[in-house]
Amino acid sequence: MSTETLTPEEAEGQRRARRAKRNTSIGWWVITIVVAVWCLFPVASILATSFKTPGELSNGKFLPDNPSTSNYEEILVGDSQELFLSALWNSIGISIIATLIAVVLATLCAYAIARLDFPGKKIVLTVSLMVSMFPVISLVTPLFNLWRSIGLYDTWPGLIIPYLSLTLPIAIWTLAAFFQQIPWELEQAAQVDGATPLQAFRKVIVPLAAPGVFTTAIIAFFIAWNDFVYGISLTSTEAARPVPAALAFFTGASQFESPTGAISAAAIIVTIPVVLLVMLFQKQIVAGLTSGAVKG
Amino acid sequence: MSSIPTTVPAVDAEAPDDPSGGRGRRKAPRSERARAEARLGWWLAGPAFFIMVAVIFYPVLQAFWDSLFSYRLTAPEEREFVGLSNYGVIFSDPVFWSALGVTTLITVVTVFVELILGFMLAMVMHKAIKSTRGLVRTVILVPYGIITVVSAFAWYYMFSIDSGYINNWFSWVPGFDGQLNWFAQGGSALFVIMFSEIWKTTPFISLLLLAGLAQVPDDLSEAAAVDGASWWQRLWRVILPNMKAAIMVAVLFRALDAFRVFDSIFIMTNGAYGTEVLSLLAYRTSIGRLEIGLGSAISVVLFLLVGLLALIAVKGFNVDLAGGRGGRK
Amino acid sequence: MASITLKNIVKKYDDGFPAVNNVSLDIADGEFVILVGPSGCGKSTLLRMIVGLEDITSGELQINGRRMNEAAPKDRNLAMVFQNYALYPHLTVYENIAFPLRLAKDANGGGSVDEKVQRAAKMLELTEHLDRKPANLSGGQRQRVAMGRAIVREADAFLFDEPLSNLDAKLRGQMRAEIAQLQRSLGVTSVYVTHDQTEAMTLGDRVAVLKKGILQQVASPRELYEQPVNLFVAGFIGSPSMNFLPATITEGSGGTVLSTPIGDIPIPADRAAVAQGKDLVLVGVRPEFFEDATLVDEAKMPKGSVFTAELSHLEWLGHEQYGYIEFEPDEKVRRLLSDLAADMDADELRPQVVTTLSAESRVRPGRPVELWVDTSRIHIFDPESGENLTRDAEAGAELTRMAAEERERELAAARERDAQKA
Repeated sequence: MSTETLTPEEAEGQRRARRAKRNTSIGWWVITIVVAVWCLFPVASILATSFKTPGELSNGKFLPDNPSTSNYEEILVGDSQELFLSALWNSIGISIIATLIAVVLATLCAYAIARLDFPGKKIVLTVSLMVSMFPVISLVTPLFNLWRSIGLYDTWPGLIIPYLSLTLPIAIWTLAAFFQQIPWELEQAAQVDGATPLQAFRKVIVPLAAPGVFTTAIIAFFIAWNDFVYGISLTSTEAARPVPAALAFFTGASQFESPTGAISAAAIIVTIPVVLLVMLFQKQIVAGLTSGAVKG
Repeated sequence: MSSIPTTVPAVDAEAPDDPSGGRGRRKAPRSERARAEARLGWWLAGPAFFIMVAVIFYPVLQAFWDSLFSYRLTAPEEREFVGLSNYGVIFSDPVFWSALGVTTLITVVTVFVELILGFMLAMVMHKAIKSTRGLVRTVILVPYGIITVVSAFAWYYMFSIDSGYINNWFSWVPGFDGQLNWFAQGGSALFVIMFSEIWKTTPFISLLLLAGLAQVPDDLSEAAAVDGASWWQRLWRVILPNMKAAIMVAVLFRALDAFRVFDSIFIMTNGAYGTEVLSLLAYRTSIGRLEIGLGSAISVVLFLLVGLLALIAVKGFNVDLAGGRGGRK
Repeated sequence: MASITLKNIVKKYDDGFPAVNNVSLDIADGEFVILVGPSGCGKSTLLRMIVGLEDITSGELQINGRRMNEAAPKDRNLAMVFQNYALYPHLTVYENIAFPLRLAKDANGGGSVDEKVQRAAKMLELTEHLDRKPANLSGGQRQRVAMGRAIVREADAFLFDEPLSNLDAKLRGQMRAEIAQLQRSLGVTSVYVTHDQTEAMTLGDRVAVLKKGILQQVASPRELYEQPVNLFVAGFIGSPSMNFLPATITEGSGGTVLSTPIGDIPIPADRAAVAQGKDLVLVGVRPEFFEDATLVDEAKMPKGSVFTAELSHLEWLGHEQYGYIEFEPDEKVRRLLSDLAADMDADELRPQVVTTLSAESRVRPGRPVELWVDTSRIHIFDPESGENLTRDAEAGAELTRMAAEERERELAAARERDAQKA
C-alpha cells in the first residue's frame, strides 16, 4: 500500500520516460490539450454563459462582453435564493445520506462476498448486477403510487430509499473488487496469529480496505448527485426537490426574463464539488471505476 | 478458495440465522469455524441484499400488477381489471414504435461512436507520458462526474437559437444558413442530444477499455512487432482480440445505459419533434398524465426489453458480467 | 511445545475428490517434520488442516493429545509462515511482529510487547528495519519478519507453507540455514511444506513424502534416500534422480546377471532372489553408484561389478562430471517411465542413465568405456506395484533411529546453552 519509495519497475519506467520525453513530449502535450479542450469545453461554455447578462445571451459569442455576477447574485442572495439553496441543501443532504448508508451496507456485504464462504453469495452478486442494470423509470411509477399512499412522497426518505437502488449495487461491485485485491492470506494469518474473525476484520481488513471504501463513496456520491428521474418524479416542492430537478423546472425570477443565466450559474455551483473531487482523487476514482472490470 | 455452491436454495435469503445445518446438504460435519463463517456471511450481506430486493422487486411486481388495470390517478374509483389490454394499446400505438425506434437509434449510434472515441482515449491514457497522464485522467473524469442535466443544459445553450453561438461559429460553412433552430426538428435535435450523451459517457467507456488494455501484456505487442506486424496489425490482430472481454462488457453496460436515456432529452426537447424515447414516454404517461395502468405497462415493457438485451449479450455473446459492474446512473 | 498427532486424516472437497486420504502421522515434541511431494499432492491442504484454515472431513487431529478438529485457528496456538509471507502492508515491521501480542493483550492483558519484539528482531537481525513498512523490504527481510511474527507468538508449533519458494536460489540457501538454526535453538515443533526435495533433505528430522493425497513413506532423509519404499519415493528423493532401468534376471556362467539395455550387470545372487518369478523388473541405480572402473579402489571393487557401455555425452562440473548413457526402451517400459514422471510432476523422463563420475576421469563419450557400479546398493522394484523388493526395513529404521538420537542431542545442547545464558 505504501507508495513512498518507487519499486524498481517504477524507477525504470521513470528513466525510460525521461529518455522518451525529449522526442514525444510535444506530441503528447498536443494530444493532452485536445483531450482537455474536448472534456472541458461544455463546462467552460456554461461558465461563460453564467457571466452573461440576459441582454448578452444572444450576442452569438462564446465569452460575455461585460462579465457580470448578477446571475450568481440572483440564485445566492436574490429572488431565486430560496429555490436554489433549498435544492442545493436537499441534494447535498440526500446524496450524502444515501451514499453513507450504501457504503456501510455495501462494505459489510462486499466483505462477506470477498472473504467468507457462505451459501448464496452468488445470488447476492447476481441480484446487485440486475439492480444496477435496471431501468430506473420502471420503478418510478409504482414508487410514485406507493409513496403517495404512505406519505413518503416529496420527503427526504422518499428519495434516499430509491437512491439506494442506484448506489448499493455499484458500491457492492466496486468494493467486492477492491476487497478481492487484498491478499486472502492476511486474514488467515491474523486468525492464526490469534485473532477472531471479527478482530481479523477490524485490525487487518479495515485499514487495508479504507482507501477502497473512500473511493467507492465518491463514486456512489456522483451517482446519487446525478440522479434526475427520481428527483422529478417523487418530489413536488422545495421540501425534497434536488438540484437537477430544480434546474429543469426553474423558470427564472420573472417570466419575461430567460432563466438561462441563472441556470448556468447554478450548474456551475453544483459542478464545483465534482471538479474538486476529481482533481483531488483522480487516481483513486480511476482505480475504483476500473477495478471491477479487472478480474482479480 | 471459493467453493460456492452452484445451486442454492432461495430460502437462504430469508433465513440469515439458519446455520445451514438440518438440510444435510453437506455430509461432512462443518466445523465451528465454517458454521460461524456462513452465519457471519449472511449477517453481513443480508441487509444490503434485503434492501436491493425490496427496492427493486416490490415495485416491479407492483408495476406488473398495476399494468393489468385501467387505472388513472385522476379517477381512482374507476379502477378496473382489464387483463393485458394495456399492452394491446401500447403495441398498436405508433408513438410507442417511434419511441422504440428513436431509443434504438440513440443506443446504437452513441455506443458505436463512444466505443471508437473511448478506445482512442483509453490508448491516450494508457500510453501517455507520466507528466500528462494525471492531467488526462483528471479532465476525462470531469464529464463522468458532471450531472447529466448540467451537461444537457451546457450543450443546449450552446446550440440554442436564443443563447447559442454555434450557429454563429459555423456560419461560414457553405450551405449552413447560421439561423438553424437545432431543436425544432428531429434530426438536428437528435444530433445534439447524441452529441451531449457521447460527451458525457465516453469517459466511462474509456475507463472500462483502459482496464482491458492494461490486461494485455506489453510483450505480446512487442513480440508481434518483432514478428513484423505494423502498428495497425498489432492493434487488430493482437491487442483487440485480447481485450475482447473488456470491450463486450463496456458495450453491454453502455448499451443498457443508453437504452434508458432520459435526462438530456427531457431538458433539450422534452420529447418534441420526434425525439420521444421509451423512458420519457413512460414518465409522461404515468407521472405527467397520471395514467398509472398504461404507464406501468410501458415500464414493464421497457424493463423486459432491457432484460432481453442483457440476456442476449450474456447468452449470445458470452459476456462475462462478473468482469464489469454498474453504469453511471 | 507440543506434539501433533494426525489420525486417519481425510480431506474431501465438494466434488468428492480426496485431496488428502487417510494420512496418519505422529510428530514428536521439538521435531522438524517436512511434508514433501509434487504440486497437488495434498501437502498444503494437510498443513492448513493442522492450523485450522481447512476443515477436516474425517479423522482426528490432536495437539498435545487433545482433539483439535473443531477449534478455531486462534485457539490452536500455532504460528504459521505463509508462502507470500502475509505481512500486513499497513503496519510497520515492528507492528507486524507485535501483531499476535497485541491480539493476545486484548484477550488477557499482559506481557511486555516491546521486549519480545526487540528480542525477536535481534535474533532475526531486523532491529534497524523495525520502523519500515513491508513494501520497502527485500524478500529475505520479509521472510524474516514473517518468522518474527511466529517467534513472538511463543506458539506450540511452527507451520511453514513453502516459505522459501518466492526467494532466489542464493537467498533460499541462506534462509534454509537460518530456519534450521532457529528451529534447533528454539526447539519448537515444526511442520514444513515444500515441493523442493533439497529443502526436505536438509531441514527435516523426518520427511513425509506424499503423492496424490496418500502418504508414501515417513522417515529420516537418510532412510528415504537409501531405503525408499517404492519407485515414487526413490525417484522423487535425490538429485539428479535415481536411474530406472528395465532388466531381466538371467543365470549366466559367471553367476546371476541383470540384463539391462546398457549392458549386463552381474549382481549377488541373494539380491536377485527377491525378483524370482518376475520376467521384468526395474533396477534403481543412483548416479553416484557408478564410477570410472579405472579409478575404483581395489578394496571397493568387489562390492560392485564392471560392465561396458558407451557414453553419449559428458558434463564436466569441476568437482565431478555427469556421464550420460542413452538406451532404447520398449513400449511398456517407456509408458512406465512416463507415468512415473507424471506422478513426480517432472518433465518426461528421458530414456537415459545419468552417472556421476569422478572429475579426474578421462573417459570420453562416443567410445566404449568400462564402468563400475556398486551393486550392493542398487534396488530392484516391481514394475507393476512400484514396490521396492530389496528394501531392508531394519536398516532403514536404524537410520531413522539414529537421526532421532541426533536430534535429541542437539535439542539438549540447545537447552544447555539457554540454561548457561540465563
